[in-house]
Amino acid sequence: MTEPKFYGAGFPYKKIKPKDMPGKLIVLEGTDGVGRSTQIQMLRTWLENEGFAVSDTGLKRSPLTQPGLDAAKLGNTLSPLTMSLFYATDFADRLENQIIPALEAGFYVLSDRYFYSTIARDVVRGADPEWVRKLYGFALKPDVVFLLKADVQTLVKRVVAGRGFDHWESGMDIRCANNLYDSFCIYQSALIEQFAGLSEEFKFVDVDATRAPQVVHSDLKKKIESRILKKI
Amino acid sequence: MLKPNPYKGRLIVVEGIDGSGKSTQIDLLTKWLRKQGKPVYFSEWNSSELVKSTTRLGKSEKMFTPTTFSLLQSTDFAHRWENKILPMLKAGVIVLADRYAFTAFARDVARGVDPTWVRELYSFAVLPNLALYFRVPLDVAVNRILSSRAKIKYYEAGMDLGLSNDKPTSFKMFQQLVINQYDQMVSEFNFTVIDGSQSVETQQKEVRAAVQKVLATWEGMNLPNGTPSQKTAILTGGRHD
Repeated sequence: MTEPKFYGAGFPYKKIKPKDMPGKLIVLEGTDGVGRSTQIQMLRTWLENEGFAVSDTGLKRSPLTQPGLDAAKLGNTLSPLTMSLFYATDFADRLENQIIPALEAGFYVLSDRYFYSTIARDVVRGADPEWVRKLYGFALKPDVVFLLKADVQTLVKRVVAGRGFDHWESGMDIRCANNLYDSFCIYQSALIEQFAGLSEEFKFVDVDATRAPQVVHSDLKKKIESRILKKI
Repeated sequence: MLKPNPYKGRLIVVEGIDGSGKSTQIDLLTKWLRKQGKPVYFSEWNSSELVKSTTRLGKSEKMFTPTTFSLLQSTDFAHRWENKILPMLKAGVIVLADRYAFTAFARDVARGVDPTWVRELYSFAVLPNLALYFRVPLDVAVNRILSSRAKIKYYEAGMDLGLSNDKPTSFKMFQQLVINQYDQMVSEFNFTVIDGSQSVETQQKEVRAAVQKVLATWEGMNLPNGTPSQKTAILTGGRHD
């Protein structure tokens, strides 16, 4: 991280000096089932082999909010608005207590999704696009964001081969259709569209994720080498 | 930013630091309005089921940062807003709130979050028709709290700010920071200031006069069939969630 920059006001009460953050923040974004976690595992192994300390994080992993958020998702009490704010709490907690300290300690932080995913989900659920962007004014700008891209049919194949269709991943809370499969296709298509817009706005590096995991990995490796490792 | 209330109902809120006497005043106001048969919904600044366990965890393990504290409180408020306050306002009810978004603005900014950011955060809600701000000298409020309660809690005392290792001292310093924020909001949000060092009756007289003015344009509540029901509806703000 050459100089830590925030999208908005950041954390005004927290004094962070640029030289205090020698680590790198690498984000993998993309829809459900696109292969983010597989790629993160492979990147972690590779970076550790290269001798870098690696830390990873992902949505909903804050020890503060995880139990409460899991419980809320089981009930009928979570609305698009409260979901948006609860996930922002999760993100803020991980950013302040995990990601920033790891960057300060010189770690490579691999983030499985960042706040862009929650923006995409919130907007698909009807949130005001401007409001959610301001909400994340405390977010740190990553060194690089890779967007793993795949079409809905590829996602369907992976979901079928994997853990099956999920209520939230199918957007059933907003009932895009009256059954999981159709709702999944409509919801994920809407997310893909959001991501395409976000990619331009936040300067993501797009990666074709319809290819075999090993091929995607080589591609990511090459891009990280040229964008980050060479610059050290 | 909060927008003006476009709904039929009226939103009246009380604000002020702990020990300013606002709860006593809103309680008297609630009873007075209900006695007149007006439909009143009372809302408190406390944890809903949605975030209760997370709030408890964060407080007991001292896990909060100013930002996560602010975000979790806004999650809680959003839940209350969507499930209680908003439907009541749409129905035409008089909503009385003991603390509102201004409490978050005052406390969160005192903790160091960005003032504009927290105001934007709450922009899903509306401005009240009347915001009564109970202003008391710091010592009066602090003594009321310190003498009436066995123990002030960690975040209540603002211990997370590291102002002082002594809880009562920290509490006092934190309350002063909160007062500074409230004072700045008087003109920003057009607060009606009530001098909380006056007698309870005198304050209540002022409160009722201000409320009466706001209710002059209130149409009352309409049931779905269109019959005005100002005389019959009695609503209670229980904790049914």
